[in-house]
This record gives sequence, C-alpha cells and structure tokens, in this order.
Amino acid sequence: MTLRIRRVVFLMAGGVLAILLLWGFGGLPTFGHYRGPYGDILNRVSVPERHVTDVVTAVNFDYRGVDTMGEEFIFFAAVLGVAIILRAQRDERRGHVEDYATGRAVPPTSDAVRVLGLGLTPPTVLFSIYIVVHGHLTPGGGFQGGVILATGVLLIYLAGEFDDLHGLYTETTLERVEAIGGGGYVTIGLLGLIAGSAFLDNVLPLGSTGKVFSAGTVPVINVLVGLEIAAGFILLLTVFLHQTLVLRSTRPRSALTEARRRNRR
Amino acid sequence: MTALPYVVAAWLFVAGLYGVVTSRNLIHQIICLSVVQSSTYVLLLAIGFRTGGAAPVFADISTRRPAVDPVVQALCLTDVVVGATVSALLLAIAVQVHKHTGTLDPENLREQLLE
Repeated sequence: MTLRIRRVVFLMAGGVLAILLLWGFGGLPTFGHYRGPYGDILNRVSVPERHVTDVVTAVNFDYRGVDTMGEEFIFFAAVLGVAIILRAQRDERRGHVEDYATGRAVPPTSDAVRVLGLGLTPPTVLFSIYIVVHGHLTPGGGFQGGVILATGVLLIYLAGEFDDLHGLYTETTLERVEAIGGGGYVTIGLLGLIAGSAFLDNVLPLGSTGKVFSAGTVPVINVLVGLEIAAGFILLLTVFLHQTLVLRSTRPRSALTEARRRNRR
Repeated sequence: MTALPYVVAAWLFVAGLYGVVTSRNLIHQIICLSVVQSSTYVLLLAIGFRTGGAAPVFADISTRRPAVDPVVQALCLTDVVVGATVSALLLAIAVQVHKHTGTLDPENLREQLLE
C-alpha cells in the first residue's frame, strides 16, 4: 500500500471515527456540569475517613489502591522490558565511554552549564523528597516525586560527563531499590490481611489531619512508590545512555553501510 | 464554547492517528502515539470538571466547598504513567530496529523484510 492510498483510506476511516467520537461526546454531561456521584462522595468522606487532604492521592493509594499496585507493576514490567531489549547484543561489546560526537572538535563544558546544573541538582532532589512525603496533604505523591528525583540525576549528567554518574549508583543498586518499592507495596497490602481486614486496607493509625505523619498507610505507600519510580526512571536513563555512549558494534562496518545504501534508493 | 474541550479531545485523537498512519519515521510515529494518548487526558479532565469547582485538595479549604471530580484525575495519573512506559518500550524497540536495519522508515523496513 503506497502512502497515497494509505492516506485516502485513513481520511475516510478517520472521518467516520471523528463523527462517531463527536456523537459519543454529545451524550456526555455538558462541560462544567459534573454529575457525580462518586467524586462528590469521595471529596466529602476522604478527610474524615482517612485524614487525607489530597483526595486524588486518597483515591490512588487507598480507595483504589489495588489498581495502583497493578499500575506500579506495569511500570516495573516495562522497565524490565526496556532493559532486556537494550541489553548488549551478541555482536556488541562495551567500549570506552564516548559522550561527544566523534570527528569534530568538542569545546569543554562551560562553567556556566556546570554551575547551573550542579546548583540545580540539590534543590531538585530536595523538591522531589518534599513532593513524595507531602503527597497525602498537597498535590503530588510517589509517581511525581520519583520522576523529579530522576531528573536530578539527569542534571548531573547534563552538567558533567557520563563517568560522573558511575560513583553515584550501580545498576544492581537501582534494581534492588526498585524491587524494594514493588515488594514493599504488596507487603503493606498484606498488613491489612494480617490485621484481619481486607488486602490494602488502611490499618495503620491515622494521626491528626494535615500532619506529615498521618493518613496511615498512604504516605508509606507513597514513599515506596517514589523509590520504585525514581529507581526505574534512572535505570531507563542509564540503559538508553549506555546504548549511545558505551556499546559498540563489532559487526563489520560494510554491512551497515550496505543497508544504508539500499535505504537511500 | 461548552463543547470545546470535547472537540479538542476528538481533534487530538484523530490528528495523532493521522500522524501514526502516514509517518515515515518510527520516532515521529511514537510521538504521534503520545499525541493520541494526550487526547484521553483532555477528555478525562473535561468529564470531571465543574464550573467554579475547587481542586480536590482540602488542605486549606472546607470539605463542603464544591470541587471537581478526583476519580478522573487519579485515572489521568495512571494514564500518564502508562503513556511514559509505552513510549519507553517503543523507543527501545526503535533503537534496536535502527541498529539492525540502518533505517527508521517503515516503508524501507517493509522492503527489507520482503527481500
């Protein structure tokens, strides 16, 4: 199928789809007139029942905690998948780290970039910890904070060199932290069963509303998810960086050149 | 104007799909898929919105104050996480495809498979 035919087929199918979408959306409540009832009920009960002031977090880690556990394992499986897909192939070996374009003069990293990058790293890490531990009080939580923490590591790479990351962590450490995050979530869930209640029931003391140490299992799960997400994203960054900077093909150059020549045709 | 968010959601979905169908580069195709997915964020948030409603965070407002739906916002978070993982997996596959075939163009890939 040429691009032209494909475009025509799509325009017909896409037109029908667009009409169906708009027709379907027509049956939804008018924008701005939310009908409920679940959101309204949760908004009313989450503070008195769970002492959680951020209702989105209450939904994610308490009322709908089992789903979020599944979501965490989706993430876990995806990171595992990326690491497996991007492992060193049979015809690849680890070479010297080359984090600059070959074949042209590379200026040294300027002091401005270095100072800005390294100066931004501590606040980024601090901010991520703040976002994770206040997840049950204000907007934020383990997912958001974890990603911000991974950004801190990326800043170190951007401000320096790939080798700067080596002293910080090994891939084994990251994998362990990730496993602790995933396994910890399930363990917290089992606490509910041990206490004679349901899986993932909030059985820890709820404390007083608005305090960091309150809301029972919610902040604990938040920290565990934060660990898992941070470790997972740093692992993703490392694996992708390895692809371009470390792994070298041992395949003869001509095979690839031949493939490229054919593609230009 | 009350239909605008729904129109935007439908537009993002179909425009992204057009990109996926006609793309000549796998990286571009993956980003188009992200565009398709972003339509679901708009749709979810639009469904739960209430005019004049506060954010569902009761740290400094009364619980009696009308607020928007927290359930769709939680779903949106799930959506974002799944979107990120899907992109990561597809990008990893694209890296390997380029390494083995020297191209990112779906058309060229098809020719190479047919040969």
